[in-house]
Amino acid sequence: MAACRGKSLLTQQAWRFFQRNFSQTTPVAAQLTVRDALNAAIDEEIKRDPRVFLMGEEVAHYDGAYKVSKNLWKKHGDGRIIDTPITEMGFAGLAVGAAMAGLRPICEFMTFNFSMQAIDQVINSAAKTYYMSAGMVPVPIVFRGPNGSAVGVAAQHSQCFAAWYGHCPGLKVISPWSAEDCKGLLKSAIRDPNPVVFLENEVMYGQPFEMSEEAMSENFLLPIGKAKIERAGNHITLVAHSRLVGVCLDAAKELAGMGVECEVINMRTIRPMDEETIVKSVMKTNHLVTVEGGWPQFGVGAEICARIMEGPSFNYLDAPILRVTGADVPMPYAKTLEDNANPQAGNIIRSVKKSLNIK
Amino acid sequence: MLSAVRQRLLILPKSLLGSTYQANSYATEATFKTSPYKLHLLETGPSTEVTMTRDEGLQYYRQMQVIRRMETVAGNLYKAKAIRGFCHLYSGQEAVCTGMEAAITKEDAVITAYRAHGWTYVRGVSVHGVLAELTGRATGCTQGKGGSMHMYAKNFYGGNGIVGAQVPLGAGIAFALKYQKKNNVCLALYGDGAANQGQLFEAFNMSQLWKLPVIYICENNGYGMGTSAERASANTAYYKRGDYIPGIWVDGMDVLAVREATRFAKDYVLKNGPILIETATYRYSGHSMSDPGTSYRTREEIESVRGKRDPIFNLKEKLLSSGFSTEQDLKNIESDVRKEVDEASEKAKTDPELPLEELYNHIIVDPPSDMRVRGCDVTISAPTKG
Ligand SMILES: Cc1ncc(C[n+]2csc(CCOP(=O)(O)OP(=O)(O)O)c2C)c(N)n1
Ligand SMILES: [Mg+2]
Repeated sequence: MAACRGKSLLTQQAWRFFQRNFSQTTPVAAQLTVRDALNAAIDEEIKRDPRVFLMGEEVAHYDGAYKVSKNLWKKHGDGRIIDTPITEMGFAGLAVGAAMAGLRPICEFMTFNFSMQAIDQVINSAAKTYYMSAGMVPVPIVFRGPNGSAVGVAAQHSQCFAAWYGHCPGLKVISPWSAEDCKGLLKSAIRDPNPVVFLENEVMYGQPFEMSEEAMSENFLLPIGKAKIERAGNHITLVAHSRLVGVCLDAAKELAGMGVECEVINMRTIRPMDEETIVKSVMKTNHLVTVEGGWPQFGVGAEICARIMEGPSFNYLDAPILRVTGADVPMPYAKTLEDNANPQAGNIIRSVKKSLNIK
Repeated sequence: MLSAVRQRLLILPKSLLGSTYQANSYATEATFKTSPYKLHLLETGPSTEVTMTRDEGLQYYRQMQVIRRMETVAGNLYKAKAIRGFCHLYSGQEAVCTGMEAAITKEDAVITAYRAHGWTYVRGVSVHGVLAELTGRATGCTQGKGGSMHMYAKNFYGGNGIVGAQVPLGAGIAFALKYQKKNNVCLALYGDGAANQGQLFEAFNMSQLWKLPVIYICENNGYGMGTSAERASANTAYYKRGDYIPGIWVDGMDVLAVREATRFAKDYVLKNGPILIETATYRYSGHSMSDPGTSYRTREEIESVRGKRDPIFNLKEKLLSSGFSTEQDLKNIESDVRKEVDEASEKAKTDPELPLEELYNHIIVDPPSDMRVRGCDVTISAPTKG
C-alpha cells in the first residue's frame, strides 16, 4: 500500500490488473479454513442443483451455530436455507421423506450429539429403505454437523459417532480432516444417491489448510471410500480419521526425530472403509497403530484390527496392532481429566514405541 | 399495588443489618396484587391477592441478588478463561426459580435444562458449590465432572444438556413419587425452544393418562438460541400447548405471581394430575458465552426489559413501598451478597481439581472388583470405583 502512494491513479489500476493476472496464472496455494471449505461446498452444490437445500437449527438467520452456513440464507433465501424448530426427530424425518420424494436435503444437526434424538430416522428410515424397497426408494440425503469431543462441554456434548454410524449398512459415513477433505467429500456426499453421514470436527472449523487451485474449483470432488496417505513412511502405519490425523502427523514428526518413519493414513471415509490402502501400508511397514477419538470398545480401530486379522496383511505383522482411542469413560468437564480422556500425541508415540519395541 | 400493610413495631438487633443500621419500624406482612394470570382449561386460577412477610421478601431479594451477582461473576470468570465450554447464564430469570422454590419443599423434586445455575443455588447448593463446579474444581457440586450444564443436588435432577430430554424424566420422577405414595410433586422445566420437542408431548400424554404429580414449566424467555419464539412455534401460547392439560400463564418477572401460581399448581397436581405453567421471562445475556445476543434482538429490547420488567427491581419496589425495608437495608444486602459471591469466586479459582484417578470412577455403580478401565492407549488400565 505504501508503495502505491504518490503514483497516479492509472498506474495503480495497472498494478492491480497485473496483480490479478499474476495470481491467475501462477498456482499459488490458497489458505482456507475448514468452515469456509464446507461453506463453499454447500454454496456450490445449492447453486448447481435446484433439488439441494439445507435444513436445520439456526442454519439460516443466525448463519449456523458454528457459522458454517454464513451468508447462505442471504444468498439463497428462505426456500433453500431453512431454519427448523428444535425438533431433531421431526426435521430429520421430514428431510428423509423429502429425499424419498426426489429432493436432495442437507440435514444439519447442530452437533451430532443431538442426532441421537433422531437416530431412528437416520438408521431405520434413511439407511434401510433402499434395501427394504428392493431398490425402489433411494434416499439421497446428507446428515452433517460437528462431531467428536469438543472442549469443556462434558459428557452429553463431547463424543464421536463414527463407530455408531459406521456400524450400519445402508449408510455411507465420512469423517474428513482437512479443508480439502471437507470440500471435496461434502460435494461428493451431496451428489451421492445414498444417505451419507458427514462427521465434521467440532473443534476444527477455524483451522486453515492450504488448498490447491484444483481444490478451490467448483468441480472439485473427492471419491467417497478412498483414504489418503498424508505422510509416507516405512517403519509403522498410523491410521486415523478427523482431528486425530493432525495429531498423528505431529507425533510422526516427533518420531522422525528419533529415526522412526511413520506412514500416516487419513481414512476420510469410515464406511465403506478403504481396506486396501491400509492393508498395502501394513504389508510395507509391518506395524500398525490405529488412532481415533471415540471409545475403544467396538470402535473404528477395533474394526480395522478385525479386518487386518481376516485379510491378507495379517502375516506381515511383526507386532500386535495397538489402538489409541478416547478413554473408556463419559467425557468429564474438568480440564486435567478431560485432557486425559482425549488421545494426545504422547499416547501415539508411546504406542509406536511399544509396537516397535523401542525403549 | 400495596393494598394493606400490617404494621408492627419491630426493633431489629444491630447485627442483622450491619453497622449502618438505624433503629426503625418495619411492616412485617403485607398484601400485594400480582400481575394477572391467563388460564387454560381452568375455571379458577391462582389468587392475584397474595401476602408476603418481611422475612420472605428479604429472603427472595437476597436470593435473586445472589443469583444475579453469581451469574455476573460467572461471566467474568468465563472471560478470564477460568470457565470453559458452554456457560448459560440465568440473569433476568431469577424470579422463576426463586418464586417456585418458595412454593415447594425440599422433598419436592425439580429437573431443568442446562440453564441451571440459579436452580442449583435455590435447591441448596452454595454459591461456592456452583462457581467451583464452573471452574471444574473438586469442591464443585459435581466435583468438576459435570460443569455448567450438569449440576445436581438432593431432589434436583440436573442440569440436562439435551434440549427437551429432561421433560419425560420429570414425568418419570413424578411417577416415582406417586408410586412411592409420597405427597410431593416434580417440577419439570424447559424453554420456549424446547417446547417443540416431540418427547414433551409423549410425556404430556402419559402423565395425563396416569395423573402424575408433575408441573410442567415452560420458561419462555422469548428465544431459543437465536430463534424467536414466533419463528419456532406455531402456537406461542405455551400454557395451552398441553392441550388437555390445564395451563396458567404467569408473569415470570413477578416473584410473587410465580410463587402463587406454583402453590396453586402443586395443590392442583396432587389432586388431579399434571398442569402446565408458562412463565413469561427474559434472558439478559446471550444464549451462551459465545453469543453476544444482539444479532436476533435489539439492544433497545434488552434495555427496555431491564428498565421496565426487571424481577429484582420489581421486588425492590414492593419491599420499599410496603415499609419492609429502607434503601439502605437493601444496599446492605447487596454488599453482603457481593462479598459472599466474590469470596466464593476467589476460592473457586484456587481450589484443586480432582486427582487424575477420579477420571475412571463413577462409570457404573458397584463395578466388579477386578474391573479395569482402558485409558487412551493400551498401557493405561485403571481401577474403578462406583
Ligand atoms: C436435542 C438438542 N438439540 C439442540 C441443542 C442445542 N441447543 C442448546 S440450547 C438450545 C436452545 C434452547 O432454547 P430454549 O429451550 O428456549 O431454552 P433457553 O436457552 O432459552 O433457556 C439449543 C438449540 C441441544 N442441546 N439439544
Ligand atoms: Mg428460550
